[in-house]
This record gives sequence, C-alpha cells and structure tokens, in this order.
Amino acid sequence: MRRLLWMIPLLWAVATITFFLMHAVPGGPFDQEKKLPPQVLANLNAKYNLDKPLLEQYVLYLWDLAPLKADFPPVKTPDLGVSFRTNQPVQDRIEVGFKVTAQLGVVAFLYALVIGMSLGVIAALNQNRMGDYLGVFFATIGTALPSFIIATFLVVIFSVKLGWFTVLGWGGPPALPWDAPFWDPGNWHIRQMVLPVISLGTLPAAYIARITRASLLEVLGQDYIRTARSKGLTEWVVILRHTVKNALVPVLTVIGPIFAFLVTGSFIVEQIFSIPGVGRAFVRAVFDRDYGMIMGTVLFYAVIVAVANLVVDVLYAAVDPRIRYG
Amino acid sequence: MARAETIELSFEEAAQRPERGLWSDAFRRLRRNRLALAGLFVVGAILILAVLANMVDTVQRYDPAFDQDYSRIHQGPTVDHFFGTDSLGRDNWARVLQGTLISLQVGLGVQAMVLIIGLTVGGAAALGGRLADNIMMRFTDLAYAFPDLLAIILLRSVFADRDLPMMAHDTSQLLLVIFAIGFVAWVTVARLVRGQMLSLKERDFVLAARAMGAPPWRIVVQHMLPNALGPVIVAVVFGIPLAIFAEAVLAFIGIGLPPPTASLGRLISEGYSYIQVNIWVVTFPAVVLALLMLSFTFLGDGLRDALDPRTR
Repeated sequence: MRRLLWMIPLLWAVATITFFLMHAVPGGPFDQEKKLPPQVLANLNAKYNLDKPLLEQYVLYLWDLAPLKADFPPVKTPDLGVSFRTNQPVQDRIEVGFKVTAQLGVVAFLYALVIGMSLGVIAALNQNRMGDYLGVFFATIGTALPSFIIATFLVVIFSVKLGWFTVLGWGGPPALPWDAPFWDPGNWHIRQMVLPVISLGTLPAAYIARITRASLLEVLGQDYIRTARSKGLTEWVVILRHTVKNALVPVLTVIGPIFAFLVTGSFIVEQIFSIPGVGRAFVRAVFDRDYGMIMGTVLFYAVIVAVANLVVDVLYAAVDPRIRYG
Repeated sequence: MARAETIELSFEEAAQRPERGLWSDAFRRLRRNRLALAGLFVVGAILILAVLANMVDTVQRYDPAFDQDYSRIHQGPTVDHFFGTDSLGRDNWARVLQGTLISLQVGLGVQAMVLIIGLTVGGAAALGGRLADNIMMRFTDLAYAFPDLLAIILLRSVFADRDLPMMAHDTSQLLLVIFAIGFVAWVTVARLVRGQMLSLKERDFVLAARAMGAPPWRIVVQHMLPNALGPVIVAVVFGIPLAIFAEAVLAFIGIGLPPPTASLGRLISEGYSYIQVNIWVVTFPAVVLALLMLSFTFLGDGLRDALDPRTR
C-alpha cells in the first residue's frame, strides 16, 4: 500500500521532468514550413495556453491532470488534455494506439511463454546433450541480440528473399484490429503479425527459457523427484506433475518485468514495422512538438512500468514468504 | 621453537609460488573461456579495422560520404565495393566502417561517462551519510520509473539543433548523443557501486585499515575501490552493447548524428528504405552490429565468471 502511494510523487516527478524537457526542445507545435499568419498563431497559442508563462502552463496542466478537482473520492480519470496536432483528446489516441500495442504484446507474450518454456524444459531434460545446447544457444543469442537486429534479419530473409510475410504494416486499412472481434482469426492479419511478434518476443522467450532450464534442473535434483520415480510413476507423470509445477514458480516472478519490457520494447518494433501503436505515437509527437501527446504517452509508459514493478514485488512476496514489504 | 620454524617454512613455500593477484587470476580464467576470448578477438579486430579505416585510405578505399558514383548505385558485393554501394553510389564498406567507429565511440564514451558519474554518485551515496543516500535512492527510483528510451529521445531532441561551444559540429553532436544516453544509463552503475561500498564499509579489513590510522580517502581509494571494481567492470562491459543499441535506435528514428555521417543505426535505417531494391545495404551494418553486440555480451559473460570469486 505504501508503495502504491509512492507511485504518486514518482509520476508527478516524471510529469515535471517531461514537461520542462519537452518545452526545452527547440521549436513549437505550430511551426511549419509555411509560416502561419501571426493572428492565427496567436489564437492557437491562446487556445492551448501556450501564450502564458511556462510555470503557469505547468500548473494548469497538472491541475487538469490531477484527480483533485473531481468529487471526493477522486474516481475521475485524469484528464490528459488534447493533442495539439489533431485536437482529439489524448486519451482517445492513446487508447487507439494501445489496442494495437496490446495486441502485439499479448501475442508476443504467448509466443515467449510457449517457446521459452518448451525450450527450457527440453534443454533441462536433455542436459548436456543436443537439445540442451540448442536451447542454451537460442537463449544466448536471444538475450544478446536486440529486437532491432532480429527484425532486420527476419525481414531480409522471410519478407524480401522468401516473400512469406509483409515487410511492414499492421492491420487492414478499413478498421483497426480491435474494432473487429479479437477471437475471429480473419481479423488477425497473420502475415503482418508473425515477424513483429518474433522480433519482440524472442528476448523474453530466451529469458524464460534460461530461467525454466535453471529451475527445472534444480528441482530435478530434489529428493521428492527420486521418491516419485521410485514409486514407479511413469517419467511423464513425474515431469509434468511433480517437476514442472514446482519449477514454474521462478518463471511466474519474471512475468512482471517481461510485461513491462513488452510494452516499452514494442516501441522499437513499432518503429521498424510501421505499426500504429503507442510507441509510434510518441515518436510522432516528439517530432511534431505535440506537447499534449508527449506528456500523455510518457505518463502512460511510466504508469505501466511502475505497475509492473509493483506486481513483481507483490508476486515475489506471494511466492516467497520470507520477503515482506511494509 | 620447532613449531615456529614450520610456519616460517610454509611462509617461504608460499612466497616461492608465483604470486597471483585478483587480476592475473581473473585473466587466466578469462583465457580459458573460449566464447569470451572469441568475443574479445572479434571486438579487437573490428576496432582495429575501424580505426585503421579512419586513418589509412588503403583500408577505407573510398570516402564514406562524398565519393558518389551515380553510374553504380545499389550494387551487391563486388571486387571494387566489398559491401556493395548504396542509393547514391557510395561505398558501403567505407560507410559501415565509419559507422562502426562511431558506434564504438558511442559505446565506450557512454560507459566512460557512466563509470565516472556512477562511481562518484554511488560512492557519495554510500559514504556521504543518510541524506545523500536518500536523495540518491529517490533519484534512482525516478530513473527506473522513467522509460529509458523515451528519456533518451527527449534529451536528444532537446539538443538536436544545438552545438557545444568551441567545437566542430560533428564532434559536438557526437558528444551530445553520448551525453543523452549516458545521462540515462549511469543509474545502474551508481546503484551497484552504492551496494558494494555499503557492504565493504562494514568489512573487517576496512576496520583494520582505519584502526591503523589510514586517512579516509586512502581507505576508500586503496582498500574499498579495488574490491568494488569487479562487478562494476562487468556492468560497464554489458553496458557497451546497450549504449550502441540506444544510439542505433536514435539513428533509426532519425535523431542520431546529422548526415552525411554514417552510424550503424542510420545505415540500417537507410537500408530499410531500400530493402526491396537492395538487401545488402541493410544486411552488412546489421551483421556488424550483431557481431559487436554478441561479442561484448560474451566478453561480459566471461568477465563476470572470471571476476566472481565465488566460482573459484
């Protein structure tokens, strides 16, 4: 609980730093190749409070952001303001982007979990044999190479040379994927999904494989496994019921950081494959000097990271009763 | 009496054995680790090649930015152009080597900055009393909550069109990129140093040194710093590929070093635009970048195993 409250000053600090940093970026949101008439510019600046002193803008922004002015208890969702470029509420644009990012993230997460755990199990059961070396090799490469490089190789081989997948893009032009039912495979655009998912999910997969292997090896050496074997249980029952179940505990605890990684890491993958997610929205916003969007996306990411860290701590405490948090 | 003799003897024996300190010991173990050695070798080879190319025309062969030959654009690897040519007919071999040098400069520069700030701040937090420690820990909390890449991109945009005083445009932009990445990256090392120093502070040999009247700075520099350095070195080596990667991301989204300077990230980003036309433009810088990152990671792994006394 105390840690939950600690998030508030943390987010405030993030908001403050971002606010002043982005105003230090040269140029404003309405700078264009063709200069706007001075009156129009003045009106625009007035509309978005840009004519006021910086400190006043800051206070106004925080005032809108903080749930203070709502009724008590403060249940109102914070008002992130509007995008200076499109005049839409920032909330809506982040929501649209997040649906895409979340879809990518969820599929990448499933991929990481399935690949990582099966590789880890295979490696542990074949210790110091072919399967093990393959698993360890994958884990090493996967953790050392960033999504950026993996994506490049995948695109060169599978899109350009073999032509199996599209080079970039996400979803069809008519509607964003989330508007159509998620469970309908027709809306999944598999050919556009495979490469981004692999690029994004390989690092978590390698990570999970490492942890699964290590913890499985440890469990396999325990006495109760020998007991189960000596009872005459078949190898499959021993592995599935007695080993894997216990070996999964450490894997559970890394889900938090992996989740945070998938959300923030998708940022690069979105750039590479031109996927219209939150990360791309942020980069666009920085280039456009779209103050409202910059603040919104940074705060959004900060909340995700903070929540993920919180979940990690809670999970650790839940799994290992020796760890306590006040 | 006889007893004292045997002890003396064993001391003499011990003295006759070749003396092995922490570093020579670590180096011996590093040499036994084949992957780490391979990593060291590859990094060294790439570094030498990149530095040579920057100085000797026979290695560089073409000017990376201005030798444009419009009659031979988008060629694959040939005898004239080992890595092919790009959309302006520039030689990719020269451009990749230039980019490699810049990536290495960024990686090493960032880590130098991280080392300086991290040691200072971490040490100050551990040894400077409660208040300093509290401020420092709150600050690292903040840095952890702020997504790294977003912070780097924001910082970099702040300085995008500005130059440092008294410096050429290129140098100052390179330094600003290093600054943007380093300013975000030092937190991990600072935390590490703080943890190390805090635990070392309570150890007996520090107490002994203090009892012998050693001045505080001498205790810190002579006794504590060398003992804290192992994990820090490992963290710094692991940090190099991360910094190279961060620069590549900056260049990829278009706010890295200004053209025509080629960094590996910019080359990959340019290669992407022509990926349907000529895959070589994107392939070679990506391979070099992958080699660099793998090698540094293997080297880091090897160093960690070599410097960790628990595995002895």
